[in-house]
Amino acid sequence: MNKGVAITGMGIISAIGNSVEENYDALINSRKAITTISNIGTIHKNVMMVGEIKKTNDQLVQELGLSADNNFSRTAMIGAIAAKQAVKNAGITSINEYKTGLISASSVGGMDMTERYYYDYFENPEVVKYISAHDGGDVAQKIADELGLKGLVTTISTACSSAANSIMLGARLIKSGKLDRVIVGGTDALAKFTINGFKTLMILSDDYNTPFDNDRKGLNLGEAAAFLVLESDEIVAKENKKVLARVSGYGNANDAFHQTASSENGDGALLAMEKAFQVSGLQPSQIDYINVHGTATPNNDLSEGRAIIRMYGEENVPDFSSTKPFTGHTLAAAAAIEAVYSVLAIQNNVVFPNLNFKTPMEEFNMIPQTTLKNKNIDHVLSNSFGFGGNCSTVIFSRN
Amino acid sequence: MKKTYINGTGCVSAQKTFDTVFLEDFELNEMLNVLPIQVPVYKDYISPVAIRRMAKGVKNGIVASALAIKEANVETLDAIITGTGMGCIEDSDKFLKALIDNNEEFLTPTSFIQSTHNTVGSQIALGLQCKAYNFTYVNAAVSFESAIIDAKLQVESEEAETILIGGIDEMSDYTAKLFQLAGFIKNENDAPFSVLNSKTKGATYSEGATFFVLENKKSVSTYAEIVDIEIFNKLTIDEVETKMNVFLKSNNLQISDLDAVILGFNGDVAFDDYYKNLAENALANVPQVYYKHLSGEYNTASAFGLWVGSKIIKTLQIPAVLKVNQLEKDSYKKILLYNQYKGMDHSFTLISKC
Repeated sequence: MNKGVAITGMGIISAIGNSVEENYDALINSRKAITTISNIGTIHKNVMMVGEIKKTNDQLVQELGLSADNNFSRTAMIGAIAAKQAVKNAGITSINEYKTGLISASSVGGMDMTERYYYDYFENPEVVKYISAHDGGDVAQKIADELGLKGLVTTISTACSSAANSIMLGARLIKSGKLDRVIVGGTDALAKFTINGFKTLMILSDDYNTPFDNDRKGLNLGEAAAFLVLESDEIVAKENKKVLARVSGYGNANDAFHQTASSENGDGALLAMEKAFQVSGLQPSQIDYINVHGTATPNNDLSEGRAIIRMYGEENVPDFSSTKPFTGHTLAAAAAIEAVYSVLAIQNNVVFPNLNFKTPMEEFNMIPQTTLKNKNIDHVLSNSFGFGGNCSTVIFSRN
Repeated sequence: MKKTYINGTGCVSAQKTFDTVFLEDFELNEMLNVLPIQVPVYKDYISPVAIRRMAKGVKNGIVASALAIKEANVETLDAIITGTGMGCIEDSDKFLKALIDNNEEFLTPTSFIQSTHNTVGSQIALGLQCKAYNFTYVNAAVSFESAIIDAKLQVESEEAETILIGGIDEMSDYTAKLFQLAGFIKNENDAPFSVLNSKTKGATYSEGATFFVLENKKSVSTYAEIVDIEIFNKLTIDEVETKMNVFLKSNNLQISDLDAVILGFNGDVAFDDYYKNLAENALANVPQVYYKHLSGEYNTASAFGLWVGSKIIKTLQIPAVLKVNQLEKDSYKKILLYNQYKGMDHSFTLISKC
């Protein structure tokens, strides 16, 4: 069996905390952070439930020490904060010492600024600086600059599976020897664009989201950023690095069913999981915990549940939970924050609770873990699915 | 280690790049700062119902990918990998405008659904019922090159044998206005716009979709081998030459081994020195090619550049309209492409006759 690629650092900012420690503390104390909206001027601010990072843009600017004439989008700022934490956590002091890359993921990019200044651009020369901050590449470039990183920098955007794919590409670049070290993850800030977009799709819950519950009403959006440092075994050995966990398997497939809906039986999801097992050399029975995509939309949970049952059989499904009741669905960042949670599950031997669950789904017998459970955890499987039929699975393993 | 061959191409651009040999009917328009594309007959490729629903980037992507697949004569794909700098901006602008103009009320989901960056890749997969690996890269001027890197990794590690890659970017009215405001698009008062020897800032923009079928084996339709590719987020003008030499050396080549270089000159006086410095010094004795005067600039215009390189190797000639200098070679076997945008997102791509 292959050893997988070493994870040597991680950083995160989400609704439930501004660091890995704060996120872990919220997870083990069942402290969700789904609230109404305070940072965005939207007509839905008093009624819509989201997982919002309770820091204003001004506070983020201060935290990063940016100059007044900066043109950082919120997505870039939270991304930079998480990436800097990850690099620090990995004990990296000279970022370009080894062949180092950055693979970011984002779906909204700088849309938060584009929607704010949509007409102002033509009236107010002071905001024109944000025009170049719209695309996903700008976000990655700014994070790279904040890290002082020069080299391979790219961004993946496959909707809500994006960050899983950045982890996957990073692992492949390390395995092939193209890079010695790579910072992988994703970032997405809340924006009126996505708030209203998901609202028109009628898949938002007006209450706390309840994954895998028979009466689930939809998802809560969230915002977050998380990055992980992946390093080659050569660096790990040479620098005697502490390995937090390993990326041992990954798989990507397309459901090829519908632009926004998952197939009824989860064909793409099943394929992604099967490929991940192939890469890892693990047997499905070796998985101790599944961090499901579990968005709490009627469609996702049914499709994902059926795919898991096809993989395992209804009686043999491992402990599973969705952590989206804590954070909301953070779109392109979701797989990155859930990667951090998967590593935390391995490090601390815990299964995080699937909050808000009451009634099993009538279609099958799958009950998520609803309370914090302590048990030995060597392998965690994490699913992420996105618009366009994009299905991704990443498997994390103990060293 | 398996090699990566270009076995099929498809290109929708500001030029007639389908149903032709190689730019024999080019149109050089130096009066417009946004070049319109040569619109394909969409109904030959897409159902009339779908045509009405799809944004032009998606339609262009479907046509260009269909052309590439047809030429390569492949049945199944092991991966679909796209790159797009700006994504589906036509639909995203449409949704955003409706949202703002109607104060977040009375919205419909159609344009939101199609605004995600991976719409082209997923619509191609949906059309072909292809459940394989499907990635979309969105990193400005290296969006398409990221797709090449990914594809080569898969071929070399024998994860995939046949891969569709493409670069797609759209232009919308709103984005064109913003780009003019920000100075990315040339001021219309500065016309005519010559790409070489430009004295003005900004570039003439356009849009397009260029696809390639890459395989791990040669076929009757093979154009060239993609030997190597490397990207850098930032380089100074001085660093470019060093990085280029290291890149060539790692492929056991030196500048004198190159039969041509394809440079991404876009007429932006603020940044074309990146190319000029190479063209006038290190690469002075190599036949030089440029193409953005024909394709216009856009984040994935470099895919048009790779199309040009592939055609040069296959047709054994460089059309006069593409020449920066007048040097010629008897044959064109080894070609280096170099591209950057505003001093960022640099890429070196090495292709070779096989």
